[in-house]
Amino acid sequence: MAQHKVNYFAESGTPIKLTTVDKIVNFGRSNSLWPMTYGLACCAIEMMATGGSRFDFDRFGTIFRASPRQSDVIVVAGTLTKKHAEFMRRLYDQMPDPKWVISMGSCANTGGMFNTYATVQGVDRIIPVDIYLPGCAPRPETLQYALMMLQQKIRREPSNMAQKAKRLI
Amino acid sequence: MRSYTPKDDVQQKAYYKDRFFVKPPVPKSDIANDEIFSKDLNSIKNIVNILDSYVEVEHLVLVINPEDNYKVISYLNKSLNYDFLVELTAVDYIAKRGGFEIIYELLSTSKRKRIRVKTFIKFSETIQSVEPLFRMADWSEREMFDMYGVKVINHPNLRRILMPNDWAGHPLLKTYPLHGDETGSWYEIDKIFGKDAREVVGPELRDSACVERYDTDRFARLGHEVSKGTPISQGNEPDTPIRYQEEGGVKLFGKKLVTPFDEIETVHLKQRK
Repeated sequence: MAQHKVNYFAESGTPIKLTTVDKIVNFGRSNSLWPMTYGLACCAIEMMATGGSRFDFDRFGTIFRASPRQSDVIVVAGTLTKKHAEFMRRLYDQMPDPKWVISMGSCANTGGMFNTYATVQGVDRIIPVDIYLPGCAPRPETLQYALMMLQQKIRREPSNMAQKAKRLI
Repeated sequence: MRSYTPKDDVQQKAYYKDRFFVKPPVPKSDIANDEIFSKDLNSIKNIVNILDSYVEVEHLVLVINPEDNYKVISYLNKSLNYDFLVELTAVDYIAKRGGFEIIYELLSTSKRKRIRVKTFIKFSETIQSVEPLFRMADWSEREMFDMYGVKVINHPNLRRILMPNDWAGHPLLKTYPLHGDETGSWYEIDKIFGKDAREVVGPELRDSACVERYDTDRFARLGHEVSKGTPISQGNEPDTPIRYQEEGGVKLFGKKLVTPFDEIETVHLKQRK
């Protein structure tokens, strides 16, 4: 019996690690961010390129989902028109908490060059935004960097913080 | 040598005096020179009253009375082989002439000829739908109704096509403001949150060049980002370099699993393997 005993203290340390609940929860959350497939305009092409094999979002644990019920992140990629604004809000409401928003490109940030009657002048009028990503359209590397910034933001916060309902109103 | 004119204030002067683009006149040629067009015109003249007709950039242009529009388009389609309705739209002449000009652009694929039919309706008048002749007119007439408010009678499904159904106003009218009227500029807020939310969300920021240097609530200075709302009125915000990893890596399992990236200790290869 004794001959099978492994001396952990002599080999490579105990098989026990101590950490906090916040850290382990945030580790899981930040490394399996599932964004919703939500392309509105030309930024969506860059978003698709980021998800494709050349830039490879999967290595961040980021896999696009086709349903708001399965997503944590919504990447608003493109121009949001006023006609579409209510559907965008409905999709955001259908996502389970905790959820985050990346506003991708000038149009989603501020309305961009569409300074007209039909365009929402910034998606933060409709939903609360975590990361504003500038560019027209931002390159895939920029979207990856935005995702890494979002991961850092998630790790910084207490894990129950994000579950607080973020409402614009 | 040209006489000198002072150009000190040349950038302050407006290029164009007119508010909207005014098209330079296009030369009109005589129909008698074109054999096919003159034959077509003579046969139409037997049916309806033609107010004006000329050839403009290889298009035969006919100006007709609005009540004849179905009859003319039908005749062009069925008897004269104009089998393709390319475009159907309206032009806002409310300020000048008190109504809309309706334009039908047709193409004959067999004759390789194009014809343009124009008619003018007063602001309150309606126009007959040509949807039974060309299916394309369905969406074009809906667009005409959506953008100009032109009412088309006998249309199978006359409702808005581009703007939402509960939108107020017709955006392509020259009197419609580019940034939208009262209901237009608050449309999404009213619809999603209700009218009470207008005060919470605030009006749209339409100045795209607006940057407030010391406002950390709405702006972040690149390379000098601070937490939201931090007062930086002294201009002494620290540099924040781009970091791809948190300090010392993600310290979940200690340094054994994740080692911090160190520029100095990193091995640089002399040669590619």
